[in-house]
Amino acid sequence: MMMGSSFPEEVLEHVFSFIERDKDRNAISTVCQSWYEIERWSRRRVFVGNCYAVSPLILIKRFPDVRCLELKGKPHFADFNLVPEGWGAYVSPWIAAASTAYPWLEEIRLKRMVISDDSLELISKSFKNFKVLVLSSCEGFSTEGLAAIAANCRNLRELDLRESEVEDLNQSSGHWLSHFPDNYTSLVSLNIACLNSEVSFTALERLVGRCPNLRTLRLNRAVPLDRLAILLRRAPQLVELGTGEASDLRPDVFSNLSGAFSGCKELKSLSGFWDVAPGYLPVVYPICPRLTSLNLSYAATIQSSDLIKLVSQCHNLQKLWVLDYIEDLGLEALSASCKDLRELRVFPSEPFGVEPNVLLTEQGLVSVSEGCPKLHSVLYFCRQMSNDALRTIARNRPNMTRFRLCIIEPRTPDYLNHQSLDVGFGAIVEHCKDLRRLSLSGLLTDRVFEYIGTYGKKLEMLSVAFAGDSDLGLHHVLSGCENLRKLEIRDCPFGDKALLANAAKLETMRSLWMSSCSVSFGACKLLGQKMPRLNVEVIDERGPPGSRPESCPVEKLYIYRTISGQRFDMPGFVWTKDENSALGLS
Amino acid sequence: MEVGSNKEKKMGFEETELRLGLPGNIGGCEGEVARKRGFSQTQTQADTTTTHVDLKLNLSSKEPTAAGMNLNEKANTLQKEKNLLATDPAKPPAKAQVVGWPPVRSFRKNILAVQKGSSEESEKASGNAAFVKVSVDGAPYLRKVDLKMYQSYQKLSDAVGKMFSSFTIGNCGSQGMKDFMNESKLMDLLNSSDYVPTYEDKDGDWMLVGDVPWEMFVDSCKRVRIMKGTEAIGLAPRAMEKCKNRC
Repeated sequence: MMMGSSFPEEVLEHVFSFIERDKDRNAISTVCQSWYEIERWSRRRVFVGNCYAVSPLILIKRFPDVRCLELKGKPHFADFNLVPEGWGAYVSPWIAAASTAYPWLEEIRLKRMVISDDSLELISKSFKNFKVLVLSSCEGFSTEGLAAIAANCRNLRELDLRESEVEDLNQSSGHWLSHFPDNYTSLVSLNIACLNSEVSFTALERLVGRCPNLRTLRLNRAVPLDRLAILLRRAPQLVELGTGEASDLRPDVFSNLSGAFSGCKELKSLSGFWDVAPGYLPVVYPICPRLTSLNLSYAATIQSSDLIKLVSQCHNLQKLWVLDYIEDLGLEALSASCKDLRELRVFPSEPFGVEPNVLLTEQGLVSVSEGCPKLHSVLYFCRQMSNDALRTIARNRPNMTRFRLCIIEPRTPDYLNHQSLDVGFGAIVEHCKDLRRLSLSGLLTDRVFEYIGTYGKKLEMLSVAFAGDSDLGLHHVLSGCENLRKLEIRDCPFGDKALLANAAKLETMRSLWMSSCSVSFGACKLLGQKMPRLNVEVIDERGPPGSRPESCPVEKLYIYRTISGQRFDMPGFVWTKDENSALGLS
Repeated sequence: MEVGSNKEKKMGFEETELRLGLPGNIGGCEGEVARKRGFSQTQTQADTTTTHVDLKLNLSSKEPTAAGMNLNEKANTLQKEKNLLATDPAKPPAKAQVVGWPPVRSFRKNILAVQKGSSEESEKASGNAAFVKVSVDGAPYLRKVDLKMYQSYQKLSDAVGKMFSSFTIGNCGSQGMKDFMNESKLMDLLNSSDYVPTYEDKDGDWMLVGDVPWEMFVDSCKRVRIMKGTEAIGLAPRAMEKCKNRC
């Protein structure tokens, strides 16, 4: 009561400036009206986990002076082509609104959104102090848009195109780089690894040469090794490097590159390695002891023995992304050499092959779980698993926070006893009390969901495929996992009952995705009618759901909470309760 | 240097032909050999075998799951139909049985496919394919050829000759093209109405095929055009000029 009047606003604002986490700032804003006001005027960083949960207008109204905006668009399963083209996640209304409301905007980070060249141009011209552009798994733009950013963003520090789809126009894609003016020197981070065609090397070299603060450079495939050596000599201060292709083994290039790498005393992170002739690997051996992050997941030409030689020298490695060419033997070597390992991702070299093409089994993961005490984040593709192995992993690593296991063949049972993997995953959720993210695979019944509902109290994101027997499974998860934010399900026999019984739960989550399940259109309509703060979107490319019996299961379903009501940019294959009745087809 | 038989290469090459038809019909019979190929063929192999595996699972799973599976199959069939009608040729055809499984992102699948294809071709890990468009004046459509599949002008001309033999008139069978690689016959042929192989290089200039060493040609060639001899006359002097400057 006295607080509000005894501290001048400036003091409170100063105190608030030390508080950065959204959760904390949200808490502060609920204390009293004046704190709410002070907080909202001083909020600089906003994260919108679902771009349709709130409108730009509402955001601007509450937070009038935002400097860093982060938006996420499509659901995660869009990564695997489950969301049809044209679904949405267009960023242009946000850019348009921000261009007038936030002239001092410095950072834009987007994930799984569609951004046009026009938006990029608008960004480049609207925000005088624009510094950071991160486009993660985005699409809809071309090198023309990038040229606008290069030409107009005088204060740009970071341009990161992480895994986006960029259209190369007129084969002059390399030339967008030359739009950076000659007096532009502030680049700190550049990630163009996803670009398919060549970039203008002279422009790149000059850019790298005149930016003394450059610490991250992720090149695309088209930059050959001899060019890489030139760049490294120009930027020996690099901390993170992504190489281009390296297929032709030539002694002169080798020695040149060795020399260049030896000059890079700060290098801690390596990626790229497309088409690398294994003979080049010794070039990076001197760097290995300093490496904390290594991404070899594109290196399809490096086999087990070379991988072992490489990782065995990386004693400070914290993060490793690698193909399953590393095999069980390589993972054993990893567990012996890399005691600081925190994150491991093993990708499949032949995801569509039926027979195993490498000697990678559950044993590799067990070894790493034994040898690496700090390992807490795992993504592992393999072809066999056992409850024993999962139990061992769970007991070894109670500190696991992210566990994503993909047994490639759906519904694969425990290969030792042919039972389901319920108890194995049950052990994971039981022992790993801080588990926040879990992806299931293999043969699973409703029982595994019972374990998850019982033990997965900190679980925030769950991915399920080809699992369960009945609605009970879904019910266990929705009723038991208190902190669940994102649930994505495909090809499971979950229907209406669990969904309708847990309708209220859905408002506490960011989103629910269900595809190839047994949810009827009738249930979707009902849910949409009963829950005004949920958008229940049926994605069905077979035509109006009203033209089929209401009990007919929908193809795909995406439910998310929102304070903005129905979105206005739904394509023809997205159906809601409103549209259907408007068409008079219900 | 050649790894694998010529026949194997040609079969692999055929996969890139423009052809109407359902995905899954093409080349599914090669068995193990097919499995080591590029992405589309790997898919094909998986297509034919996954059906088999799916049946196995059907038998061993419990009833409720089977019921669920029927709906899934229905949905998948519909999805498959959707994919057949997909208008975007750049995206590879979806696996017939299960879309988006295993959950591997497209850019990972493509990268691996290209790299695997290349490393099979040559022991020295030649790297990316060098696909260029090949057009022949008068033919109704163009072809795409991976120059790195061939080690000499001779081999390339054999392949292209076979590809276009049904369309060309006169001497543009492989024998005719072989002649063009021979400098001494060049001027004779340029004055005739026969066809002349030309290519566009990195600088955007149109050059006569055959002047430079094969490797240099593969590096600098952006597209190939087999043009009518009468049109090619203007090229020869420039081509000679360039060659002189290089030598």
